[in-house]
Parts: sequence; C-alpha cells; structure tokens
Amino acid sequence: MSAPRSERAGLYYPKLPNTWWLKNPRYFRFMIREVTSVFIAIFLVVLLVELYQLSRGPDAYAAFADRLRSPGWILFHLVALAFALYHSVTWFNLTGVVQVVRVGERQVPPALVVAGAFAAWGAVSLAILLLFLMRA
Amino acid sequence: MTSHNKTTEPFWWGLFSVGGVVAAFLVPIHLILNGLAIPLGWISVSPASMAALVRHPLVKIYLFVLIALPLYHWAHRFRFILEDLGLHGMRTPLAILCYGAAIVGTVLTIWVLLSL
Repeated sequence: MSAPRSERAGLYYPKLPNTWWLKNPRYFRFMIREVTSVFIAIFLVVLLVELYQLSRGPDAYAAFADRLRSPGWILFHLVALAFALYHSVTWFNLTGVVQVVRVGERQVPPALVVAGAFAAWGAVSLAILLLFLMRA
Repeated sequence: MTSHNKTTEPFWWGLFSVGGVVAAFLVPIHLILNGLAIPLGWISVSPASMAALVRHPLVKIYLFVLIALPLYHWAHRFRFILEDLGLHGMRTPLAILCYGAAIVGTVLTIWVLLSL
C-alpha cells in the first residue's frame, strides 16, 4: 500500500499483499470469522425492514413476507445461518480463554466454562422458540 | 485524533463484545425462525398475531437488544476487515463510517420500534 499514513506515522506497517489471508488456512478461518458479522448485520437489517413493513399495516407486511419466500432469500438465510453458527461456535469456544470463572478459591476448568456457554446457548434458543410458538 | 482514538477504543470494544454475545446467543435461532421456518411455512403466523406480539413493550426491548447491539459488533469487525485488507491510511474515516452506520442503525431501530 502506498496510501499516506499521516495519522499514525510512528507505526510500522509490514507491506502485505491484500490477499495475505488466502495464504494460510488459519488466516482464512480468521477472515471467515470476521465476515460472519457482515451476514449477521444484513439479516438484522432485513428483520428491521420486516418490522417496518409491519408498522405500515398487514398488507405491506404480507407482501414483504411473500418476498422472503423466494429461493434467493431462502438461500441467503441458509448461508447466513451457516455464518451465524460459525460466529456462535468460535465465540463460545473463546469464552473458555477469556472468561475466568472462579468458585471460591478454585478456577473452573476452561472446558467446563465452554460447555456451560454451549448449554446456555441451547437453552436460550429453545426458550425463544417455545415462547414464539406459544405467543404467535 | 490518535489520543481521541485511544480514549474511545475501550468503549467501542465493549459494545463490540456485548454485541458479539447477543449475536452468538440470539441470531441463529432467529435466522431459523424468521428466515426459514416462517417463509417456508413450517410455522404459520398471521400478520395480526405478529403485530400483537411485537407491540408488547418487553418484546420491543428484546428486539432493540437483538437488532441494535450486534450492529456495533459488525462495525468493529468490518472496520478491521477493511484495515486488514490494506486501508491502513484511512483508520479514522473507516472508524467514523462503521460506528456511524451502527449509530444510524440504532436510531432507525428505535424509530421503527416506536412506530409499531
């Protein structure tokens, strides 16, 4: 990169090609993990648009809900689900490293913290599903 | 600007972290529910019952947490994706653009939820 670096002139930037993350599977997985946030954000914007259509009335909502039935949107939501699951799994795996849980003087083993996070995720997901089915 | 970035960095990182937790816990089930199960007809919901559900104040607060907080998670990660792809020289404009988009998203979320 030959861009000016006036803001942080004192820092050293190694000259990497912009495709550095394709060189090593680890770097590639890192980039995939970062990109999950893009798919999650797009899904949430779609959800917000859905709520906006709901605020405009039942007809506007029904028309929008109809559009979400198209194969293109189903495919998008499938791909976004794969990325979202990757975010959840990598995030909960990291809780064992980041979050030190102590009981009294003793530290809970990181593997147990991770297992707890996954169990909590399952419980929360099930609760949302059941609440939705009961109320809607 | 450097000193300014240094003082606000923990704030944005905190929002990134909270947004990451919210996204990890809540987004997959909503993708299955709102993105697949309802459109594919596994669950049928009438517009009237959906409207009644989202008008509940607690549901509105929940939707705010679900939609707005992960936007800051996105902003933080997307900012560094762009930097990692070679835009080092544009650190401050990228930060303003990404966090600014998340703030706009937050305002829009509040506006939509209040107009329901």
